[in-house]
Amino acid sequence: MTAVEEAPISAAGNPIGFGSMKRKEDQRFVRGQGNYVDDVNLPGMLHGAILRSPHAHAKILSIDTSRAEAHPGVVAVITGKTLEGIPRPALLGDNFAWMPTLSYDTQAVLATDKVRFQGQEVAFVIATDRYTAKDALELIDVDYEPLGAVMDAKKAMDPSAPVIRDDKGQTDNSITDVLGNKYWESGNAIGTQEAIDKAKADPNCVVVTQEIMYPRVHPAPMETCGSVAYLDPVSGQLTLWTTSQAPHAHRTVYALVAGLPEHKIRIISPDVGGGFGNKVGVYPGYVLSVVGSIVTGKPVKWMEDRSENLMSTSFARDYHMNGTIAATKEGKILAVDVDVLADHGAFNGVAQPTKFPAGFFHIFTGSYDYPNAHCKVTPVYTNKAPGGVAYACSFRITEAAYFIERLVDCLAAELGMDPAELRLKNLIKPEQFPYETPTGWVYDSGQYEKTMRLAMEMVGYDELRKEQAEKRARGEYMGIGISFFTEGVGAGPRKDMDILGLGMADGIELRVHPTGKAQLRLSVQTQGQGHETTYAQIVAHELGIPPEDIEVIHGDTDNTPFGLGTYGSRSTPVSGAAAAVVSRKVRDKARLIAAAALECSPDDLEWSLGKWSVKGDPDRAKTIQEIALLSHGSLELPEGVEGHLDATAVYNPPNLTYPYGCYICVVDVDPGTGQVKIRRFVAVDDCGTRINPMIVEGQVHGGLADGVGMALMELIAFDEDGNCLGGSFMDYLLPTAVECPDWELGETVTPSPHHPIGAKGVGESATVGSPAAVVNAVIDAISPFGVRHADMPLTPANVWRAIQGNPVRVDMAVE
Amino acid sequence: MDVTINVNGTDYIRDIEPRMLLVHFIREELGLRGTHWGCDTSNCGTCVVWVDDEPVKSCTMLAVMADGHRVKTVEGLEGPDGLDPIQQGFIECHGLQCGFCTPGMMMTGRWLIDKNPDISEEEIREGISGQICRCTGYKNIVEAIRWAAEHPKGSEVTA
Ligand code: FES
Ligand code: FES
Repeated sequence: MTAVEEAPISAAGNPIGFGSMKRKEDQRFVRGQGNYVDDVNLPGMLHGAILRSPHAHAKILSIDTSRAEAHPGVVAVITGKTLEGIPRPALLGDNFAWMPTLSYDTQAVLATDKVRFQGQEVAFVIATDRYTAKDALELIDVDYEPLGAVMDAKKAMDPSAPVIRDDKGQTDNSITDVLGNKYWESGNAIGTQEAIDKAKADPNCVVVTQEIMYPRVHPAPMETCGSVAYLDPVSGQLTLWTTSQAPHAHRTVYALVAGLPEHKIRIISPDVGGGFGNKVGVYPGYVLSVVGSIVTGKPVKWMEDRSENLMSTSFARDYHMNGTIAATKEGKILAVDVDVLADHGAFNGVAQPTKFPAGFFHIFTGSYDYPNAHCKVTPVYTNKAPGGVAYACSFRITEAAYFIERLVDCLAAELGMDPAELRLKNLIKPEQFPYETPTGWVYDSGQYEKTMRLAMEMVGYDELRKEQAEKRARGEYMGIGISFFTEGVGAGPRKDMDILGLGMADGIELRVHPTGKAQLRLSVQTQGQGHETTYAQIVAHELGIPPEDIEVIHGDTDNTPFGLGTYGSRSTPVSGAAAAVVSRKVRDKARLIAAAALECSPDDLEWSLGKWSVKGDPDRAKTIQEIALLSHGSLELPEGVEGHLDATAVYNPPNLTYPYGCYICVVDVDPGTGQVKIRRFVAVDDCGTRINPMIVEGQVHGGLADGVGMALMELIAFDEDGNCLGGSFMDYLLPTAVECPDWELGETVTPSPHHPIGAKGVGESATVGSPAAVVNAVIDAISPFGVRHADMPLTPANVWRAIQGNPVRVDMAVE
Repeated sequence: MDVTINVNGTDYIRDIEPRMLLVHFIREELGLRGTHWGCDTSNCGTCVVWVDDEPVKSCTMLAVMADGHRVKTVEGLEGPDGLDPIQQGFIECHGLQCGFCTPGMMMTGRWLIDKNPDISEEEIREGISGQICRCTGYKNIVEAIRWAAEHPKGSEVTA
């Protein structure tokens, strides 16, 4: 199967199945009728605001809230002391001042002993309106004793480094995971070392070592994080409207954190204004709105400011990767080794499956066929905000893809070989799938060379190289950068993957009503991906019900089955599969009902889109709509067949899916200013079956812009004292329409063999694949100056410095 | 402080704090939730509305400064004949994903094509460069605005 057959068109003009279709959700959004958390207003609602630490590391000597409490309009002021006084079942610590992170570490809800990063939550004011709540923050007096801050991960383990997590009795800044490990390895350490040593001694081989930093960035969705909590004092029911990518997982976490019975918790994620991983975790602010409602008996809203979002919520990356690659002089890769120092901030809050603590960094072996690879990842605490979940995709795949694609370019430079040629020599071949990598992942399917050749053809690779040579002769600097990435998405098989002990399978529920209209209830959560449309198309494809007759319901734990939510591009691979499976259950049941109605054996029936008909007698048929009515009617149903036409399913994926792609970026660099202009960007993605190509392409566009931003502009930097230098959109620069080129997209289609409809997921592909293409292009442009590597972001200043021969280090503030 | 502000054709008389931002007046006082807020520093443009027919970041303006002026928000785009072409263009060209930046983008887009119906792609990109979208990578927003320029009467398809 290479392409999807054309779907028939419904009366409303939509494909009954796969194909581009306008989004259902757009009707409310273009009218300004989206319903985001900040749009939720309840009678008597109060507003919360958080006082945050100005210091990166300081002892709290005292907190005086009396002036704030006396301020007109202030209803309550909550500090860490207040929280310590609220008992809770001792399941996860015995009071509310601390909460668990997604990695079994603890995180302060409000600081009691010390503050551990700038922007940490210190007190919570509840007032009648948000202006008053903010005013009162100024009236809280906190006496701090500043301590030395650990801002450089490389110095975190120095014996003289101040200890950040003394609350846990630590004597250094190492991180120990739930299994007792202080670092995480995968692959073959001995074989890899031997292969590298052998290559070093062999005159026909080369070994290249490069330190590659993926600096700290932030997903910065346009809607910041927030919540509205109401704990009904009479029924004990907690309703929480919140910016969550994973409402069901949040429900369970609140049950654990707040000690509330889970059946009395309802999480509603109405419309979410972008997530990109930023809205996976549970933040202190959410918990404080819940506590605020418990304390006041009123609904409490908390919405963070942009600076709070950038300074305190889940960051991404902050990976120092020291890589070694060995190859023959002909360009055959032999081995890759990488030693990573991971800066996890003050609380270990990364969301990694328990059994894969290095996360999906295991995919650093990339898209190439070679026998030996090994990685070691060592995490440390620093005085920075916790998180690490964020920014499509930071199960650490983005870091891994960037790492290998940058390292391969360094190898090409060393060999004096064209980077396209080097890649083509090493790509995994179609006949090698399923392909087991040296780190044990099993790639499901791919036609890598075909995809790469298409990208090269689209961009006109050979002509560009000629143009480049001519320009260089004239002293003009253009660069061509290639990135070939493979992602592992759709976490994941229950036997291998969980978050906080919750298996990563997704539930789904389909109800076909008597008139043949249907409702599909999802556990996953759209943040702009268009689930209301795409999922209706999956059901349409399986049952022949037009997509306009299918309502997709999501974002409310009381009305949807359990599942782990949307991140890591997991909706289509997991929940999308569930949608197909549940539809097929309905189809199978419909067959039995049709057979009863047609008075024949189910075996005599055959399915064509939307109906069961008697083989060889197509006029004797029942449409799915007729069957829906029959299933609710008075028809005598066969033994064992219940009435109605509903079904549920829980999909446990047998493997991850492995979307991939080849991106080629063309840049022009002004050597006088270091200014980079992206001239063209060609992206060929293979995400298997495309349910709604229009939406797939939109997802890719967005990710490409992310990649351009990270490669050229975005950086959460700190000064030595721990001041965050990326705390507003004045300093944390995001790409606008001017920095982004007119994306040129292509596709190949290699379905996933184990996914019911062959779809692989695409939400994060472009974010994963694009940074390396941009950086490789810039380095290619300035390679005549002897530059082999420079770290992101390649701002004009950093490019200019690299041209001058100065190493670029971005993890600290630029001196 | 008493103000009279005309929003989407209706005069609203309110007694407000002098420091109240126009974006909060629109959202909280009038309950018009289509205008969004996205940053502290007037960089994101999710809050763009028209004041006297010019796009303005409503977080940069105090509500009292709009006293006696006309404001138009996303809720004022749809007319008796249905969606404005700019709204249709965003649907047609998949110019939105999460929808959070969309009202601001549409208000600026509508103004750009009113000023210059033959606007080029480059001019559109320049025109929306004070606004951030994290979802779409801008290509389809640019196309949506061009679609609206090319279909001044809109189309029946998505009306
Ligand atoms: S809210 Fe960001 S520019 Fe107005
Ligand atoms: S559509 Fe999400 S920010 Fe633009």
